[in-house]
Formats: sequence, C-alpha cells, structure tokens
Amino acid sequence: MAELTQDQLLWIYDRMRLIREFENRASALFAAGKLPGFVHLYAGEEAIGVGIMANLTDRDFITSTHRGHGHCIAKGVEVNGMMAELYGKATGSCKGKGGSMHIADVDKGMLGANGIVGAGGPLACGPGLMAKVKGTDQVTICFFGDGAAEQGTMHESMNLASIWKLPVVFVCENNGYAESTPVHYHSASKDIADRATAYNMPGFTVNGTDVFAVYEAAHEAVARARRGEGPTLLEAKGFRYFGHFEGDPLSYRTEEEIAKNKSNDPIDQFRRRVIDRELLSAATLDEIDARSKAAIDAAVEFAEASPYPELSELMTDVYVSYR
Amino acid sequence: MTIRNITFREAINAGIRQEMRLDPTVILLGEDVAGGAATFVEEAGEEAWGGVLGVTKGLAREFGRTRVLDTPISESAFIGAAVGAASTGLRPVVELMFVGFLGVCLDQIYNQGGKLRYMFGGKAQVPLVVRTLIGAGFRAAAQHSQCIYSVFTHMPGLKTVVPSTPRNAKGLLAAAIRDNDPVIFFEHIALLDTDGPVEDDDFIIPLGKAEIVKPGKDVTIVAIGRMRHMAMQAAEQLAKDGIDVEVIDPLTLSPLDEDAILSSVKKTHRLVVVDEDTPYCSVAHDIVALAAQQAFGYLDAAPQTVTPPHVSVPFSPPLEDAYIPDAAKIIAAVKATTA
Repeated sequence: MAELTQDQLLWIYDRMRLIREFENRASALFAAGKLPGFVHLYAGEEAIGVGIMANLTDRDFITSTHRGHGHCIAKGVEVNGMMAELYGKATGSCKGKGGSMHIADVDKGMLGANGIVGAGGPLACGPGLMAKVKGTDQVTICFFGDGAAEQGTMHESMNLASIWKLPVVFVCENNGYAESTPVHYHSASKDIADRATAYNMPGFTVNGTDVFAVYEAAHEAVARARRGEGPTLLEAKGFRYFGHFEGDPLSYRTEEEIAKNKSNDPIDQFRRRVIDRELLSAATLDEIDARSKAAIDAAVEFAEASPYPELSELMTDVYVSYR
Repeated sequence: MTIRNITFREAINAGIRQEMRLDPTVILLGEDVAGGAATFVEEAGEEAWGGVLGVTKGLAREFGRTRVLDTPISESAFIGAAVGAASTGLRPVVELMFVGFLGVCLDQIYNQGGKLRYMFGGKAQVPLVVRTLIGAGFRAAAQHSQCIYSVFTHMPGLKTVVPSTPRNAKGLLAAAIRDNDPVIFFEHIALLDTDGPVEDDDFIIPLGKAEIVKPGKDVTIVAIGRMRHMAMQAAEQLAKDGIDVEVIDPLTLSPLDEDAILSSVKKTHRLVVVDEDTPYCSVAHDIVALAAQQAFGYLDAAPQTVTPPHVSVPFSPPLEDAYIPDAAKIIAAVKATTA
C-alpha cells in the first residue's frame, strides 16, 4: 500500500464520501424537478479524482469534463457554491452563469468542467506551458473520458505535451461507456493507455475503483511532471452508477454488470481495507459519513435560500473591458 | 520621436516585439513562427523563416525558443493551449496561419476562449491574441482567401480587429496584446507589402475606436480593412464629380464604434458600407441595420453595401478580380445614394 499518512487517509475518505453524498443528492434533486438543465454524475468514480488529487496542491491545475462535480470537490471547491451553481443561484461558484457543466474555481486551480468532450486536452497544455515558460513546478491534470479518447483534440494534445515535455498528466477515466456506446465498440485500442507508446510517454492502466492504486500511479506521474520530464498517460478503469446524464434509462447495461459494479464500490473497498488494517476505525469513518451528509444538507439549504442573479448580471462578465 | 516608413509586415513584427520587450509573459506560438525547429540557423547568424510570410522574422532570435514556439500542425491543441495559458498567467499571441483554418479549431476559440469568463461568472480572464491572415487577391483559392471576420464578430466574448495601415497595425496589435480579453486580429495578405509612416517609439491605438480617414459632407463610406484603400481611391474620383465623401475605417469590429458611424450618417444623410467579407450575416449588413434603426429619420437614401457576392473565393484570376470590391463598384454605390 502506498505510504499515506493518517491525515491523507482521512482526507481521501472525506472527499470520496462528500462526492458520493453530493451526487446522490443531485440525483434526487434532479428527479424532484429542483435542478434546471441536466447533470452528469460522478458516483462510482470517486477513487479516480480523489486518488489523483491527493498528489496535488492548490497551485496545481486541472481541466475537467462534463462529469466534473467529483473533480471540483476533490480539488477543494466549496460544496455550497457548487450546489448553488446547480440551482443557477447568484451565490454559485460561477454566479449561476455556468451551471453543472461549467463549474470552475480558478483560484483553486480548477479550470472548469467542460461541455465539449475532449476540449480539456488542449486547455491543459496551457497551464503546462505557463509553468514551463515561468519555470514553476506546477503540474496540470487533464481528466478525460474514454469517449473523449476518440476526439482528435486528445491526440493533438498528447503529442504537443510530449514534444514540449509539458508537466501534464493525462488521466483517462474509462467508465466503460461513451454515453451509451461501450468502449470495446468505440476504441480500436485494447487499453487507452496503450496509446502512450505512440506519444513516447509512459502509459499505465490502473484499477480506478482502488484509490490506493490510483494514488500510487499518479504519485509517480505527478513527480515525473514536476521534475520536468514530461507527460504521462494514466488510464483508470472504473464505472459510473448513474447514467450518462440523469434521466438516461440505462438500457445498455445488464443486471449482472450492475451487481458487479456494486461489489467493486470504491468507498466500500476503502472502508474494508483501512478497517481490516486498523488504519482508521469504523467509528471515525461513520463520523465522516454523518458530517458529509450534514454538509450536503447545509449546501442544499444554502442553495435554496440563495437568490437568483439580478437580471443586470445577464450583461456582465462578457468582457473584462468593454472597449 | 523617429518616424520611419515601414511595411505592414514590419509593423506587425514591431508591435509584437514592442510588447514582448515590455512584458515577459507575452509569448508567441504557431506553425513556423520561429521557422524550422533547428536552432542552428540562428547560431549561424542567419534568420529563420519567421512564419510562412516572414512576418515574425527575428523574434525567435531576440526572445529565444521558450517564448517563440513553433508548433505542430495541431491548431486545436496549440490554440487551446494558448487559451489555457492565458487563463493562468501568460499573454499568448497565437497564429492561425490562415483564417480558413478556423474549421479545425473553432471550438477552442469560441467555446473555450470566448466563453470562459462568462461561464465562470467573471472569475477568469483570457488575455489572448489570435493573429490570422485574411483576404483575396493572391490566387490562393477558396480555403486561403476569405475574410470571415463576421463569424468571429458574431460571437460574444471575442473582440475583432481589422487593421488597414502599418501604423494602425502596430498600434492596434500592441493594444490587443495588452487587452485582457481574447482578441482576433485579422491581417490582410494584400496589405503585408504596403508601407507607411510608423513611430519607432512604443505606442498603442485603443481598441473600439474608429478612424475618420477623410472627412466629408455628402456621403458616409464605412470601409473595413483593405477596403479603406479602395474607398479612398473612389473618394478621389468622386471629388472630381463634386461628391465629398467621408471615409470611416472602424478598425475594431467588436466592439464597434457605433457613435462614430451614427454621427457621420446624421451629418451626411447617406451611407455606403464596403466590406470584403461575404454579405449574409455580415458586419456590413449590421452597420446598415444600425443606421436603419438608430438614424432612420436622418437618411435621405437607402443605405448601400459593396461586398463580394455570396460565393467562395474563386481561383481563376478574372473571376477572383470580379469577386473583390473595387473603386468602380464603390462609386456606383455612392452615386446610387445621391441619384
């Protein structure tokens, strides 16, 4: 097992639990008709975002996807602002102007969820280039799905990052489906990570339901990037509990598969492991469960009590200067 | 203050050089902008390409290969990288070699660069300049000759600038680099070898302000980019016929200096817009709409537009020549408003 301090273990569990609570609640709120638009939920993939982010600081950057809530929470974005954003309220992370698919917090290094599949690859090369030009040791993580792996932008970005030796870690979250289309259909590669060879960068496939495995793989990839040795492609294989979007009937998934996913739940796996090894007590974990639930209760209350943006907000933030 | 006669090409180079000297966060990237990744060229004391048309020549030598970066032919990746770098502390000047290549990277320009600030509730800024070549007249056919700045002007979050002389090219480009919003900067290929007086000293020309190229009292001609020169040719001949036109060059299309155009129309009561972009959903038609909506009572004649037809740029020389608006067409349009 990777060498993780007690504090790190607590942080990992806290973040995974908070993501799960946030997503389960978002699903319920959506079903109840409380959230405008649509949401893409991360439940089931917690070990990936959290295992990666355990290696970062606030000075590091990430680019995210349409399924971005988990990345936000793992990167330290406040859940009150996130929930208010899902409601389109003035107190949201983006003042209600972005919504679920565009939650961002640049101060935390979170450069935005993104509604365009594969758009984060080019963007991630940006802070990578910035760090290189300014000579800092900041690292950027580019999260993308198995669906995005088939976009030309990801090919262009991985090639560019490699020739320029940018401090970027490309993390393919392979949850098995591009919307409803299974990866074995849409990908010519056995593993997405195999493509790393073509870009002359290291590539690894890890179990994305095992936060320790993700942490360990990312640890080396992030260290390599910080040393200025260039990018790495990590593929984390996992699953999502919910559909592509809320309201997706999930008709493309078998009962067998659903049962298998449940038995591989990343949070249950973590609990079993840390309790078996007496690293954390069940009581401590239960306390975090209760705290996460309370935090999400409070976030919903905060969001519902918050006002909608003033109509004058419609016209602000298009430009920094209007001349 | 030294004023020298330099070409439009040299003026663009001077604008970039000025800003790169003033601000170490300004970087330049694009296909061949340094020119040949092999640095032995510079070590031998020779100049690398500096872009396919030599516009950025010498910048790699002065600023080094960390700040002047050749890219692979991956417009999405390097323009997206420029957007990401702009939102995290650099001021990239990125070259999209020809505007016709927007088709392979538009997402990064408008869905990302143009929208980040708004989507993030004002918590990001994207101080980015995309320089790109436009314009017909070089027998370069349909994919290397269009203007299509109207497409970008249509998109909230982007600013669009079309310089027309060496002096305004340098000053506007410097202003665009200092601007904290994404600016698309359109360089007309037929202007690159034109010359004119430009100050050696540092200066900027503020965005969003039109230039009254020639004052006049009878008809307002709004002429964009290279069309400014066509309009001036027309003005000379019209003067002989006793028609005194006012020529306005908007310079910036977004934000458009509406006041300058409206004041002129209210004075002359007649409007002709000359634009090398294709006519549908165009800046030319927007300017006509502006006058119709906000100065209707002042107009003594229906506003006219002089644009290419709604077709792609043809290759065959006589066809291409017929495509481009010229002084004769402008004169006919002006006379239509005074008939």
